Amino acid sequence: MNNPKPKLVVIGNGMAGARVVEEILKRARGQFDIVMFGAEPYGNYNRILLSNVLNGSQQAADIFMNPLAWYSENGIKLHAGVKATRIDRERKVVIGTPLKKEAPAYAVDAAAMPEAAVIEETYDHVIIATGSRPFVPPMEGFGGAGTFLFRTIDDCDQIAEYAKTCKKAAVIGGGLLGLEAARGLMTHGVEVTVLEAAPQLMIAQLDAEAGQMLRGTIEGMGIAVMCEKITTKIVRVDGRIARLDFKDGSTLATDMVVISAGIRPIAEIAGASGLSVNKGIVCDDQMRTSDRHIFAVGECVEHRGRIYGLVDPIWEQANVLADVLTGLNPKAEYLGSKLGTKLKVMGVELASMGETKPSLPDDEVVIYREPSRGVYKKLIVRENKIAGAILLGEIDTAGVLMQMFMADTVVSARRADLLFGTATGAPVLSVFDLPDHAQICNCNGVSKGAIKEAIQIGKCHSVSKVGGCTKAGLGCGSCKSLVAQLIEAYAGEVTEDPSEHYYVPGVPLEKSQLVAEIKRLGLKSVSAVFRELGGGKEDPGSKVGLASLLKTLWPGEYEDERDARFINDRVHANIQKDGTFSVVPRIYGGVTTPDELRRIADVAVKYNVPMVKFTGGQRLDLLGVKKDDLPKMWKDLGIPSGHAYTKGFRTCKSCVGTDFCRYGVGDSIALAQKIERRFQGVESPHKMKLATAGCPRNCSEAYVKDLGAVAIEGGLWEIYIGGAAGGSVRKGDLLCTVKTHDEVLTLMGRFMQYYREHGKYLERTYHFVERFGIETLRKIIVEDSEGIATRLDAGIQQAVDAYKDPWKEAELPAYPAQFSAPELAHALAVAENNG
Amino acid sequence: MSTINLGSIEKIPIGQGICFNVDGAEIAVFRQRDGKLFATQNRCPHKQGPLSEGVAGGGKVICPLHAHKFDLATGAGSEPHECVKTYAVCEQDGSIHLSL
Repeated sequence: MNNPKPKLVVIGNGMAGARVVEEILKRARGQFDIVMFGAEPYGNYNRILLSNVLNGSQQAADIFMNPLAWYSENGIKLHAGVKATRIDRERKVVIGTPLKKEAPAYAVDAAAMPEAAVIEETYDHVIIATGSRPFVPPMEGFGGAGTFLFRTIDDCDQIAEYAKTCKKAAVIGGGLLGLEAARGLMTHGVEVTVLEAAPQLMIAQLDAEAGQMLRGTIEGMGIAVMCEKITTKIVRVDGRIARLDFKDGSTLATDMVVISAGIRPIAEIAGASGLSVNKGIVCDDQMRTSDRHIFAVGECVEHRGRIYGLVDPIWEQANVLADVLTGLNPKAEYLGSKLGTKLKVMGVELASMGETKPSLPDDEVVIYREPSRGVYKKLIVRENKIAGAILLGEIDTAGVLMQMFMADTVVSARRADLLFGTATGAPVLSVFDLPDHAQICNCNGVSKGAIKEAIQIGKCHSVSKVGGCTKAGLGCGSCKSLVAQLIEAYAGEVTEDPSEHYYVPGVPLEKSQLVAEIKRLGLKSVSAVFRELGGGKEDPGSKVGLASLLKTLWPGEYEDERDARFINDRVHANIQKDGTFSVVPRIYGGVTTPDELRRIADVAVKYNVPMVKFTGGQRLDLLGVKKDDLPKMWKDLGIPSGHAYTKGFRTCKSCVGTDFCRYGVGDSIALAQKIERRFQGVESPHKMKLATAGCPRNCSEAYVKDLGAVAIEGGLWEIYIGGAAGGSVRKGDLLCTVKTHDEVLTLMGRFMQYYREHGKYLERTYHFVERFGIETLRKIIVEDSEGIATRLDAGIQQAVDAYKDPWKEAELPAYPAQFSAPELAHALAVAENNG
Repeated sequence: MSTINLGSIEKIPIGQGICFNVDGAEIAVFRQRDGKLFATQNRCPHKQGPLSEGVAGGGKVICPLHAHKFDLATGAGSEPHECVKTYAVCEQDGSIHLSL
């Protein structure tokens, strides 16, 4: 091209730098040649989610916003792992040097490799988005083993790794991030103490009283909190951290230290290039530095004397800068941000916005306290508008308060409405009254205007469609009710997306309709259902769900097409991350014998099983087994399949009950074995894990199982349903109390059959029981209000009678390739044969 | 380019896929219920799940590990930046012929 495009160099590849580039691409793709310098050797990631990486709930790979491929796809040249050190404003070039591998990206000395070649990029415009670095309060002994900052993915990994060797950890800094770090550390099993220099926690967001309340709650969770503690020295003994010394003369024993005491802008490059720097890089309302070709955005910026460390202001700055740079709105202005946050600190819900204390004589303060529930609400009203608010422990009205605060809305004369909602349930604030620029989804930065456009022009009339189009509601989900209100306002009513209710995505029918059609047409195979009800189109995502349903509907008659089974059910074993399988033999009620154990051990040795592990369901798991070894191992074991892989009855745990236990009041072992022998192999919408307990001490955890039976004094058994202790934790609901083992078996079987018939595919019992309600289920199952008990009992009996040990397929595979390893083939040899 | 005869079509259970190791390269070959054949690299680009063990149909396969989906004809994936290599494959006189 004769006229080369103007060249834009972006220094910094964090959330601010990447966001501003995204905004520019959105407005004018191809207007600039874009080059980015990123000191971290990754693509850019969502720093907000770092604490999830530390506490293990997310993998580092999951929080990347733009993987490296994004840059090449958008024609962006990325210098990853390269630190820009200076802007030569005379020659108009940005100069960078590669970072040493082990140096943290935010290190002050930049640690550039001396021998490395200097990288130069010429520019027409520069955006500095270098962000900030953690602030380390002055103290002796920081640095080296056991001391950490909490800022990057590498920090998280190192903290988690080091915590394994520690009993005690101290977190310096009682702000939002410090508390998140403390929560993360707690999951690694260390005793955590949070140290704060100020007299209270979260001083930027809370007043003294709320700070005190939060402290009480956090201490109740087992984290120690010490305020007004200024650390002067980290003391080591034999090279390992032993204690901290404080300014007031006291000390604290600890094995490691994590510092999270706020941020300071990274502004060296601006200083080295002769730009105006105060606390941060000084910018005007168009995000321009003291050089008109150089802009800055994000945490490195000082705007009107303020530095922002939250994500919303960065998004606002990025929008203004993109408008200005692309010429879409050269007069766009950033006038500063109002700050509000809604967050969960260790399970405590909290919202805070604006000022925490009254500052003018006419400020009106409204406070509600309920210490027994840990609830505190405070409102500061100035000239009939919200100047600040704190909601702790109960934050129902936080969404609307935040909207009103951000939009400067005049508030209701009844201030109580703002804290508790109106007595009539009428909305405190109509979303209709909000201006178009008001942000509705604070996670993904979606404005009311964008949602309105999706509703009116994009014809999105359901919450899920608006989400698909704008991303609104796809973050924390708390704005979904506002999205629904907007749909009501602009489209009349919210349509439910019918596909949300389909049993499987590939057949447009709800479960009850689907069952009726399958029965009417007599469809007994998955392929027949696709042919008759799915428009002749096979959908792989629907096969497994249909197979599960058909097997329940046609016991004994179902045409079992093996391709409709998930791999686990094809080979009767659970696939592992490396493509190997696990073998879990059935151990009825968790009771085994020396002979059985010996056989399991012999098999483990013979087949070189890399790991033998007790499962949570009181059995043994042989992990890391090759597919072609499965049938041989089953034959050698001579024990039936434990079905540890299927959507169906898994296991029934038990405690020692009356056989040996001093407290047992019911024979839980015999009952568990009867249950397991009866229901083994029964399939259902999702897995069913069971337990029996010989007394209410609940050693076998029967209260939190899909179905549980608990013996109580007087020779009685309580039956619980819908319990959970996995990703969700829920105590089961008491269905009824009965006298005999046989009654337990009957009622459990009846509930299972009802669940098999009415559960949505992959709906666990804890959702199912909540959906129907325990009263409704008790009427149907126990009182037989619908007169279907006999039919349900016959249905489950048929499923019980159809039981065949799937491991018998070791003798006679269902098809030749069932357990085959990959077949070897050779390109050359055969090609020659073909001539 | 070379063509390999992988043997009888009947080796592949109807509606499923199986894995061939062709000179060290794992290739999954799928046989749909409508008779169509497809071949792709066996390993999912996400976490190396064996696609030959996945549920297939309608020109797609679902990885058994994390349910990422791939179009068997084009190799296009359901997740951004993920795709698999595909190979030409056909049936001749009851045998599977794979082109490399």
